[in-house]
Amino acid sequence: MRPLLALLFRDMRVAVRVGGGALIGVVFFLMVVTLVPFAIGPDLVLLGRIGPAILWLGALLATLLGLDRLLATDFEDGSLDLILMAPISLELAVATKALAHWLTTGLPVVIAAPLLGILLNLGPETTGAVALTLFAGTPALTFIGVIGASLTVALRRGGLLVPVLVLPLNIPVLIFGVSATKAAAAGTIPFGAPFAVLCALTLMSVVIGPVAAAIALRQGLD
Amino acid sequence: MIRLAADELACVRGGREVFQGLGFAVMSGETLAITGPNGAGKSSLLRLIAGLIRPSRGQIMLEGGDADLSIGEQSHYLGHLDALKSSLTVAENLAFWSDFLGGRKEIGAVLRQVGLEELAHLPVGYLSAGQRRRLGLARLLATERPIWLLDEPSASLDTAGQELLARMMESHAAHGGIIAVATHGQVGPGAVTELRLGGRHPVVAADRGEPR
Repeated sequence: MRPLLALLFRDMRVAVRVGGGALIGVVFFLMVVTLVPFAIGPDLVLLGRIGPAILWLGALLATLLGLDRLLATDFEDGSLDLILMAPISLELAVATKALAHWLTTGLPVVIAAPLLGILLNLGPETTGAVALTLFAGTPALTFIGVIGASLTVALRRGGLLVPVLVLPLNIPVLIFGVSATKAAAAGTIPFGAPFAVLCALTLMSVVIGPVAAAIALRQGLD
Repeated sequence: MIRLAADELACVRGGREVFQGLGFAVMSGETLAITGPNGAGKSSLLRLIAGLIRPSRGQIMLEGGDADLSIGEQSHYLGHLDALKSSLTVAENLAFWSDFLGGRKEIGAVLRQVGLEELAHLPVGYLSAGQRRRLGLARLLATERPIWLLDEPSASLDTAGQELLARMMESHAAHGGIIAVATHGQVGPGAVTELRLGGRHPVVAADRGEPR
């Protein structure tokens, strides 16, 4: 447990220090969501209707931002060699790094979402639903993203390649995240069904993501 | 007593055969000095032993080590990259690797050994290349591993730093460790086996016990 906690705290510390990029995600999220009402105009009904989708899109793009650096920085400074050699499982180490990334990028987005809900004319119920679905769904985005990060780790300019690889895999998360939020607001379908699928997607990606990433890392090092 | 040995080892990097038919054997307390011109495969050999790349032929065996662990898991690897985070302090960097690799030693004491105790709270980004290298050496001291794989460890170290490195290597060998070091300079004193790369066939020179 101690090696993994050390890794978690180191990654979080690096993220919040100068040049770490922990706040870039949430600032980007803030910018996107703030610009939407200006672009669409003061149509409160329309804003309220597309609000959940905007928040989810913003969150999805914000989590993608730092992903290419998730493993690349460790590759560039040689840390990844030592992590590969260490007597702990690579899968757990990758999962820990992904968790650190979510805590510094995904979680601030989840916390900021209710505040931005006001800007998009969302009711209290919808705002709560957005926060809840983002909380349940954003880990999936990070843990799926870690696969892309591991595939592009050795590329010097893999930055845009990660979103291209990862976005198609994130579409189900987006669909069920938004539909669960809409179900909570409109109530045509029960909230439970899409939310359960969203949680299942997250749990699946938490297992599959690190395993797939570890395989990619082991194969890619040559 | 442990023994690190390889036989008929071949390595292909990017489609080019770096070396082939390479063999060596080192026992506890011995140092394998890997020499040769640039591109002869010194770093590749160290990475092969560490398990970071796979040999195209042959294998590396460790006898008498912990059977549950791979060779890499029982090794320290000090490469060209220093595995340090510039935004973290000296103490934080060392504490991380110590915790991550299962070390139990007090960080302050280890930093004192490598002469960095006064810089403990300085972010690593402000360190010179030699000081970063010393911090890399501190990692070797913070956790114990029977095998040390050092890739030109004396690079950018000052005279005092090189003496520190020599003392560390001597003490590690005296405690029954194995050292494989890629170098252009001198290794020793102590039992040194030289492995010269770069010819058609790698040569294990028989100058055991003689510093080169």
